[in-house]
Amino acid sequence: MANWETVEVTTDLLICGGGMAAAGAAVEAAYWAKKNGLKVTLVDKAAFTRSGAVAMGLSAINEYIGYSKGENTCEDYIRYVRQDLMGIARDDLVYNIARHVDSSVHLFEKWGLPIWTDENGKYVREGRWQIMINGESYKVIVAEAAKNAMAEAGFDIIERVFIVGPIMDGDRIAGAYGFSTREDKFYVFKAKAVCAMMGGAVHVFRPRSVGEGLGRSWYPPFNSGSTACFTILAGAEMTCQEIRFIPVRFKDAYGPVGAWFLLFKSRATSASGGEYMVTRKAELQNWAPYGLVKPIPANLRNYLGMLDVDAGLGPLYMETAEAINNIAAQYKDDEKAFKKKMKTLEAEAWEDFLDMTVSQAILWAANNIYPEKSRSEIAACEPYFIGSHSGGSGAWVSGPEDINTPYKWGYGNMTTVKGLFSAGDGTGASSHKFSSGSHAEGRYAGKQAIRFILDNNTQPNVSGVDELKAKCLKPLDVYAANSKFTTDPMINPNYILPMQFMFRLQKIMDEYAGGVVSAFKTSKALCERGLELMQMLKEDAEKLGAKDRYDLERCWENYHRMWQAEAHLRTILFREETRWPGYYFRADKPKMDDANWKVFVNCVYKNGAWEFCKRDVVPLID
Amino acid sequence: MPSFVIVEKCDGCKGQDKTACMYICPNDLMVLDKDGSAGYGVMKAWNRDPSWCWECYNCVKICPQQAIDVRGYADFVPMGASVVPLRGTQDIMWTIKFRDGSVKRFKFPIRTTAEGAAEPLGGFPAGDGDINSINLMTEPASCGQDKLPTL
Ligand SMILES: Cc1cc2nc3c(=O)[nH]c(=O)nc-3n(C[C@H](O)[C@H](O)[C@H](O)COP(=O)(O)OP(=O)(O)OC[C@H]3O[C@@H](n4cnc5c(N)ncnc54)[C@H](O)[C@@H]3O)c2cc1C
Ligand code: SF4
Ligand code: SF4
Repeated sequence: MANWETVEVTTDLLICGGGMAAAGAAVEAAYWAKKNGLKVTLVDKAAFTRSGAVAMGLSAINEYIGYSKGENTCEDYIRYVRQDLMGIARDDLVYNIARHVDSSVHLFEKWGLPIWTDENGKYVREGRWQIMINGESYKVIVAEAAKNAMAEAGFDIIERVFIVGPIMDGDRIAGAYGFSTREDKFYVFKAKAVCAMMGGAVHVFRPRSVGEGLGRSWYPPFNSGSTACFTILAGAEMTCQEIRFIPVRFKDAYGPVGAWFLLFKSRATSASGGEYMVTRKAELQNWAPYGLVKPIPANLRNYLGMLDVDAGLGPLYMETAEAINNIAAQYKDDEKAFKKKMKTLEAEAWEDFLDMTVSQAILWAANNIYPEKSRSEIAACEPYFIGSHSGGSGAWVSGPEDINTPYKWGYGNMTTVKGLFSAGDGTGASSHKFSSGSHAEGRYAGKQAIRFILDNNTQPNVSGVDELKAKCLKPLDVYAANSKFTTDPMINPNYILPMQFMFRLQKIMDEYAGGVVSAFKTSKALCERGLELMQMLKEDAEKLGAKDRYDLERCWENYHRMWQAEAHLRTILFREETRWPGYYFRADKPKMDDANWKVFVNCVYKNGAWEFCKRDVVPLID
Repeated sequence: MPSFVIVEKCDGCKGQDKTACMYICPNDLMVLDKDGSAGYGVMKAWNRDPSWCWECYNCVKICPQQAIDVRGYADFVPMGASVVPLRGTQDIMWTIKFRDGSVKRFKFPIRTTAEGAAEPLGGFPAGDGDINSINLMTEPASCGQDKLPTL
């Protein structure tokens, strides 16, 4: 075995991940742990200040209720989320996040995040639920508060340690194991409770760009399904594994469109000039009641655009010039005011990219696109797993204690595994939490985890560390033992390198599970064939080879992706209907079937086998 | 490429034990060729896996020598444009150069407090301090009303 030092860390609460949810968990748990004489440790595979989906920054906070100002109610938020997810959402979880989210946003503002305000000091709304920010340093600021809280309490933040998997003590979580990406060190974390908050997954499906632009996915390439794999292998029940998310964004660089639709009121059209949301309105009848209520669910909006593309009417465009000129037209009699308005609009349009998708600014500049002069192409991206956004996949977690919900078996946000908590992209059936809701949910989970520890204040037993170490470092050993056999270490019959493994996974998912290449369509037969191929890929995962520490990181990322992929494929197979046609289409079951399938599909991986079940959707309000 | 290091400007962060770009990259792409043995030049950094780059610009923004720039992905970005940030403690300046030669400049605020000053409770009074209550550390004060909503 590779000769690596073993480092043991014993703590009370272990937070795996350092994104929005983990930052929320850390700032909150540090507070309660310090008060109660407990210890918290946070582990991130990257630098906490700039890790996760918000690493680049964001230009909007997508969930802000404003209930104290009478702007919206948390009940309205439930209705919005349920509608967007075609009826499949947990009211209790959505409500709980909504009632805590404003508090997180108010904290962000105090911590230093510039939130746009109008002349009356009110937050500027992008849409009904979104507020605008100057968010280049969003993550820096949110992480800073968490860092300060952890430092004040004397707790450790460990960066550049990659979490590979859970450590169990029977049916209770006992910690996690992983390795340093900077030194030859294997890590064992022993904890009384664990927060798995390592984001969602991308590159499970083949992305549209497969050359140098491979990494330019909308969702960041460094979130690779670690949370899903961690919770699945811990034995947690998972939910909504079929609900992938496919955003429609500016084509190729995937710059945000939200401001264009919501703030600038831009139209999306096909090449022929037809506005698919208008010309294809009749199609929405087939997806009633969700198709008939506004806002029209994201997946249905995608779907109408896809129908235009299928009919050969592409490319699709965002009519940016028209939108800007419409706004400017209001100032047509006042040239000075017009110029000023145009200047503001231009800055807002570019900031939207520069704060969160710089690539899109490069792409526009390289194509000589001036939004006020020309329109710009939009397209559906590849599928992602992001339970915090308009997807829904994640762990099935217990509802809040004070609310009368049928989904309650333990501490709030605890998975079905004792002591294992999650939030953000890691929890399912509670979509549309976004950055702010992930933080709020993380805080809630962090507090609940401390509460769990106080009631279960024993250190679980950790055994089998040598086996875990051997497993963790195996790709290095496989490579070392075989690489001299051929003249080119890239091609060797005895191992598979991480990138090769990922491409194989992506090909399976793309062609059998409804990726870009198959126009997001699949069927029972395709899923079954995909699973046969997946089985062999899983066997070959034992032969992953890593020439160095960097490769080892990539090996484990792809191993994590594989588990997310399998859960997805199996769930699509289980759900015999098409409910989210703009996310995927079960071509053999092309209709929505509310009588049989208005349910959550849950799965659990136990003793080497998958079990599936339906769980009722129980609304808490009308 | 997409992020690339300009040979002349990179000084390897003056031999400190970790370089700024290597410290920050969320995808672990930046590395330093300390002794030149990797073939990139003594004390020069490079992006070890360009096709895995998200173009998040974190390495560009943090480099003390302004030695890192981004060249749009070769498979879909026409040549000749550049987008260059200059990040200070309160704002960020962007210079966008178009393929046709025109230039745009923008400046946006990045934070309203001093670096490092984020106080965990944000100046809100602590809540009830009860581990069993539904209120988080600063609630209900940070919610903006005197009670957390419930169903
Ligand atoms: C392109 C894009 C644009 C978005 N725009 C908006 C917006 O405008 N407004 C808004 O409110 N929300 C937006 N969101 C949503 C928001 O970013 C997410 O909801 C939020 O970041 C989810 O938080 P999280 O903690 O679950 O994951 P993340 O914030 O992504 O954090 C994941 C963390 O896990 C760590 N990690 C991953 N794997 C491992 C491992 N194996 N071991 C250790 N650590 C690991 C990562 O380093 C990172 O710290 C956007 C998301 C994307 C992708
Ligand atoms: S941060 Fe800049 S100067 Fe420092 S090693 Fe990286 S490229 Fe070189
Ligand atoms: S742009 Fe971002 S992902 Fe690319 S090398 Fe720099 S820090 Fe890493």
